[in-house]
Amino acid sequence: MIGKGARPIEQLEPGAPVVVFENVSIGFDGKPVLKNISFEVDRGQTMIILGPAGCGKSVLMKLANGLLSPDSGVITVFGQEITAMSEREMFKLREHIGMVFQESALFDSLSVEDNVAYRLHEEHMPEDEAHAKVVEALKFVELEAAIDKFPSELSGGMRRRVSIARAIITAPDLILYDSPTGGLDPITSTTIIELVIKQRDVTHTTSLLITHRIQDAFTLATHRFNKEAGHMEPIPDGGIDDSTRFLILNEGSIVFHGSTMDLVHSEDPWIKEYLS
Amino acid sequence: MPFTSIESFAKERVVAVQEYSLLAGRAVANLFSPPIYWADIWEQMDSIGVGSLPIVILTGFFTGCVLALQSATALKEFGAVSKTGSLVSLSMVKELGPVLTGLMVSGRNASGMASELGSMKVTEQIDAMRALGTDPLRKLVAPRLIATVFMLFFLTIISDAVGIAGGALVSVTLVGLQWSSYLVDSYIGLVYGDVVAGMTKPLFSGFIIATVGCYFGLKTTGGTQGVGRATTQAVVVSSVFIIVVDFLVTRLMIGIFGS
Repeated sequence: MIGKGARPIEQLEPGAPVVVFENVSIGFDGKPVLKNISFEVDRGQTMIILGPAGCGKSVLMKLANGLLSPDSGVITVFGQEITAMSEREMFKLREHIGMVFQESALFDSLSVEDNVAYRLHEEHMPEDEAHAKVVEALKFVELEAAIDKFPSELSGGMRRRVSIARAIITAPDLILYDSPTGGLDPITSTTIIELVIKQRDVTHTTSLLITHRIQDAFTLATHRFNKEAGHMEPIPDGGIDDSTRFLILNEGSIVFHGSTMDLVHSEDPWIKEYLS
Repeated sequence: MPFTSIESFAKERVVAVQEYSLLAGRAVANLFSPPIYWADIWEQMDSIGVGSLPIVILTGFFTGCVLALQSATALKEFGAVSKTGSLVSLSMVKELGPVLTGLMVSGRNASGMASELGSMKVTEQIDAMRALGTDPLRKLVAPRLIATVFMLFFLTIISDAVGIAGGALVSVTLVGLQWSSYLVDSYIGLVYGDVVAGMTKPLFSGFIIATVGCYFGLKTTGGTQGVGRATTQAVVVSSVFIIVVDFLVTRLMIGIFGS
């Protein structure tokens, strides 16, 4: 159990992984969706999850947040076995996990400010303090002008940015991005990826990110955020971000798990075809 | 519509009953432990209670009017037209007030709850709420449950009152009874057991409306078509449940009060 105010990542042993999947399987209506999935995400790592549509990426993300329970296997987050936790215990743990949903999942009856401040209001934070934090989070995603708007008044890209602001406002120790660029045009997608890189390089938060766009995945691996200039830039000398790892799923199984270089040099014909 | 085997159909129904029971049980349990979302409870009371007033008043009033007209016609044959008041008040307080109010509120609010929660479900807002550390049963279901039970009780009283008033209007203007005679007869016709029986029913109906509406909303799948299906199912199931439970409560009350 996590005590009030204690950050679960601080109780994690040094070097211990933040997320661990051990032989996790899940199916719906008798059809297997994920089969014996095992992988680990270390502290500060960004795990990019790739794979064709319908291969179970979003299910995997929901399993990592305890929104779904696996049929078998063990999932550990911050050293705690979430597969053995009650929903009530999960609510406490989720206070330290940020999640960006595929379609943003903003509360359409609440304004942008109330959406972003949702968790702060749940914690009964004083209104002035909550407002200041909302403004700070919206500045991070460069959307402070939209604070009084409602989700229906925003474009798809703006909604995704509000969703990111909502996920990061409490400075979570783990962020789950479920297709943050899905359905967006290339320019807006790049803006979102820049925000993800900014979040990664500014706070070094552990994260899992699903994407359908391979170019977004490689942008994450080959770019860094320049704090002075205030924008992302390629890592000099063709460098690659060490904290970026890849996990590729196909038909419910892991077909690749490793670093960017391992992926680029993979000889697996299916992976070569998928990346091409 | 695809055909399913009897076994899988039976399993689906058993699972549905289990899920409904768990939802209802947890929603009730959430009322007795913090956090309790008072702001949501007030909002739901306003939406369900105040918002349903017009249809409840209209339904109750005209039911009382029709009841008086029909009763007076039948009672005239036996020379007992002066008993119109007690017949109207008994019918309204024991049966028609609670049941019709329950059905009207079900049509308006079980559908509203199913569509609102269903829309939230298909757009992942329910998952987002859980991901943000909030229990949807505590935040969405419990306030609707307490608001519906509480407000339906008072809506039923209002319906009974306007129904008796409607009966009085018809009895005086069309049947030719005296105001005082009608009201005294209405009052004398009611005994303690009748009022208790009539006031017990909305407590059950309110519980059914909120839990069935929320259950179908939270079980919604299949996009906007699924939301429409959930809304229809919520109204049909809650309306049938209200009438079935009305029969059971009536039988129970007859067992307790003997009439």
